[in-house]
Amino acid sequence: MNDFVIEAQGLTKRYGQGIAVNGISFNVSRGEIFGLLGPNGAGKTTTILMMLGLTEITAGNVRVLGHDPVREPLQVKRQVGYLPDTVGFYDHMMAADNLRYTAALIGFPQSEREARIAKALDRVGLVDVAEQRVGTYSRGMRQRLGLAEILMKDARVAILDEPTSGLDPHATSELLEMIRGLKRDGVAVLLSSHLLERVQSVCDRVALFQSGNIALVGTVPELARQVLGGGYNVEVDADGEGLAEKFSEMSGVKAVDQSGPSRYRLLAERDVRPQAAAVVVNAGGSLRRLSVEEPSLDAIYNRYFQMHGGQHAAA
Amino acid sequence: MPRREGSPWRGMNVVFFRELFDHLTSARMLVLELLVVIFGAAVVYFAAEQIRNTTAEDPFLFLRLFAPPGQSLLSFVVVLSILVPLMAIGLGFDSINGEYSRRTLSRILAQPIYRDALLFGKFLAALSTLSICLVTLWLLVIGFGLIRLGIPPSGEEIGRLLVFLIVTIAYAGVWLALAMLLSITVRSTATAALIALGIWLFLALLWPSLSQMLGEVISPSDIRFTALNLPTPATLAWQEGLARLSPSTLYAEALVAMLNPDAQNMTTLLAQFQGRIATPLPFDQSVMQAWPQIVSLIAGMIVLYVIGYVAFQRQEVRA
Repeated sequence: MNDFVIEAQGLTKRYGQGIAVNGISFNVSRGEIFGLLGPNGAGKTTTILMMLGLTEITAGNVRVLGHDPVREPLQVKRQVGYLPDTVGFYDHMMAADNLRYTAALIGFPQSEREARIAKALDRVGLVDVAEQRVGTYSRGMRQRLGLAEILMKDARVAILDEPTSGLDPHATSELLEMIRGLKRDGVAVLLSSHLLERVQSVCDRVALFQSGNIALVGTVPELARQVLGGGYNVEVDADGEGLAEKFSEMSGVKAVDQSGPSRYRLLAERDVRPQAAAVVVNAGGSLRRLSVEEPSLDAIYNRYFQMHGGQHAAA
Repeated sequence: MPRREGSPWRGMNVVFFRELFDHLTSARMLVLELLVVIFGAAVVYFAAEQIRNTTAEDPFLFLRLFAPPGQSLLSFVVVLSILVPLMAIGLGFDSINGEYSRRTLSRILAQPIYRDALLFGKFLAALSTLSICLVTLWLLVIGFGLIRLGIPPSGEEIGRLLVFLIVTIAYAGVWLALAMLLSITVRSTATAALIALGIWLFLALLWPSLSQMLGEVISPSDIRFTALNLPTPATLAWQEGLARLSPSTLYAEALVAMLNPDAQNMTTLLAQFQGRIATPLPFDQSVMQAWPQIVSLIAGMIVLYVIGYVAFQRQEVRA
């Protein structure tokens, strides 16, 4: 018995001649936030639809919580919450009524529904506007209502398609915080996004999509090591004798770049600030500034497709 | 491996009651009902006035309220045969693609229900809404007749009127199934409504004369029959067969059989030829006469629904 809640193997979707998803495989573990990242049209949404049985699978198979979404859709949908890209509600109904309808469809007993709805609305901060029509809601509020639906459902897996697209920075942060909250509850979250930078912060692991293929899977530092050969940029501002040489002897440091008389830039596989500080102090130098720039997904992504873009287009 | 688990009806009653509530409280339904009530009231009022002025003995006085003889254009049944498709199309044209455009469909289908439940719940809710309206109208007209004419309908008349009501609901079901089929296959609600109205105009207005012409083309009239001023049987068969492709024709034929027991049809013509006096058909014979039409209407409704169902099952739900 493994701990994977989603297992996809050779998942493929063809539309006529075109191929939208080309034999991708990945696993999502319990309580993990897994990001499907990539540009629009890379096959992220199609992958999600196949996991929910909302579109037919051309080849390969996928298991969600051990169930086949095509043959056992009810088992899957009972435990999976889905927030579609720009989620819609019945605008003429109140927010709470929209949730009541879903609760009835899920089949919760009448006695449980109100408590579940109230609790879910409270967690996404919509209690005060629960009796308003959804038509009056802003984009961010709709997304939060969509999350409330997943919370109400007590889903074990949450699938969020572009949850932050079209939101302002503040609403995005709020939503990402709620997604972290889902993880704290032990919910496995699978989210897709084309906004690498914003989403990087919440994802435990990511899969980078490129025209129907998964180019890379792993944690962000792993990918950084693979693609950028490090990815951590440590900036040191210090005086001292022969610091450049000593820095380059440290383990984990790939290259040292001296940009000024007392300015060094270390390209490292990991965060080497403590070791760098020790080196400066041991050399009797004075340390004035020490900062680190974590590897960014944007950099990884751009670098990767500079290197492999041509090959993938051909494949 | 199990083929499919769970009941396809799970959640259907939830969908049904919500849709029914939506329909009954919607402004659209109110407008459609007002339309029918106003038209119906005017037409029935004139029919009643006409009946009050006639003194001739008539065993089917009550039926004349619905279908006054000789007045084909301004009768209650004609108003119904025009407005019922409009109501059905009005209720069904956006049932599925409306969910797409509101972007609610994938969220609803991500709940543990089958698509069957959603589609059938919607269909039943719309059909129930139409039935409620039609039954109400039917009762209103009968009540009006009781007050205005001052005579109760006979048992046979009630039977005929009940069959008329069922046929009308089946007729509404055909148009509803067509509208829902379009709402599944056409992504834009406005386009679906336009296509549905186009089909309705074509089948109700153009097709009767077009089928006459086509029948003549496929099997030209024989001069021996035309000389006697009689229709050529082969041509007539083609013309009738083609005309019956339109639900409006089927509905009209079933109504003539049920509401005009003494109508000039082939049997009465035969009776005249044989020198017998044409008498009104008894109730069971009228039903026999309308039976193929009734069955065809119900079959048409089921076939259209099933086509829509198959299309919906295999559809990709993006958004």
